[in-house]
Amino acid sequence: MKIDPIHQFNIEPLFTIGHIGNQTIAFTNSSLYMLVTVAIISILMLASGTQLIPGRLQSVAEISYEFVASTIRSTAGAEGMKFFPLIFSLFMFICVSNLVGIIPYTFTVSSHLIVTVALALLVFFTVLIYGVAKNGLKFFKIFVPHGVPGYILPLVMFIEVLSFFLRPVSHSIRLFANMLAGHIALKVFAGFVAMLGFSLGAVGWVGGVLPLALTIALYALEILVAFLQAYVFAILTCIYLNDALHPGH
Amino acid sequence: MDPTAAKLIGAGIACIGMGGAGVGVGVIFGNYLAAAVRNPSAAQGQFGNLIFGFAVTEALGIFSLLIALLLLFVF
Repeated sequence: MKIDPIHQFNIEPLFTIGHIGNQTIAFTNSSLYMLVTVAIISILMLASGTQLIPGRLQSVAEISYEFVASTIRSTAGAEGMKFFPLIFSLFMFICVSNLVGIIPYTFTVSSHLIVTVALALLVFFTVLIYGVAKNGLKFFKIFVPHGVPGYILPLVMFIEVLSFFLRPVSHSIRLFANMLAGHIALKVFAGFVAMLGFSLGAVGWVGGVLPLALTIALYALEILVAFLQAYVFAILTCIYLNDALHPGH
Repeated sequence: MDPTAAKLIGAGIACIGMGGAGVGVGVIFGNYLAAAVRNPSAAQGQFGNLIFGFAVTEALGIFSLLIALLLLFVF
């Protein structure tokens, strides 16, 4: 009995669309779940109605709107609200794709580094281009903190520049590794139930209650992590955008 | 040494780094809770900072996990 916790991350082509050079362009299970995620968000936001007294679906839509809006106002100020569509889309896409991925036998879109890197680079270049376009060369004051003595300034600037360019790395790896590690841990602990049962017989199946209980507890934790990582991604986006909106510490 | 054994030992050693992230996350949440108990009315306003500090600290633990996963499945 061997556990194979990595199998769930396989990308399998469902049908082929065409070829570019030697590269096959296929509609994969990853694409399918991205479409499912977008469909769920669209249904939630469009079909929830505009009643004065909201129903359940409309409440979910309004609460998620208010949640993201208050996060932006508290971290990037009222000016940050012009980026509301970007941050709300990122938050909803990551949150819903994480929650869909929690369902057994589904695919987690955000457990692939290429997806999270694409999202993180989108944020990085938005901050860089908007910051330079709005503030001109004053944007680069974010690398020169106020009140630092002259003799230590080169070192501080070096660290600030380095940390600025490492932002997309940590931004993307955090989400990807959290989802990857969480799903592997779930599979490994669920695998213990089968391992005990098949190797020890009846005693094993009774003893398997313990890893099963742990799996359920981990499942609850994973639902929390799925939401929390989407929130962390959104709030870091707000903090990075705050640099572009108000440069200079 | 057998390369597979060296790989597995390396992955195990890489996981020690997660202990440091555990200490850091504990310090952040512990201090937040201590401050929130002293002044509950100010606690809600610092929730964003709490999550930001948690995210930055946790990233370092995740990096060591990533090294372990790379050793296990890529090399």
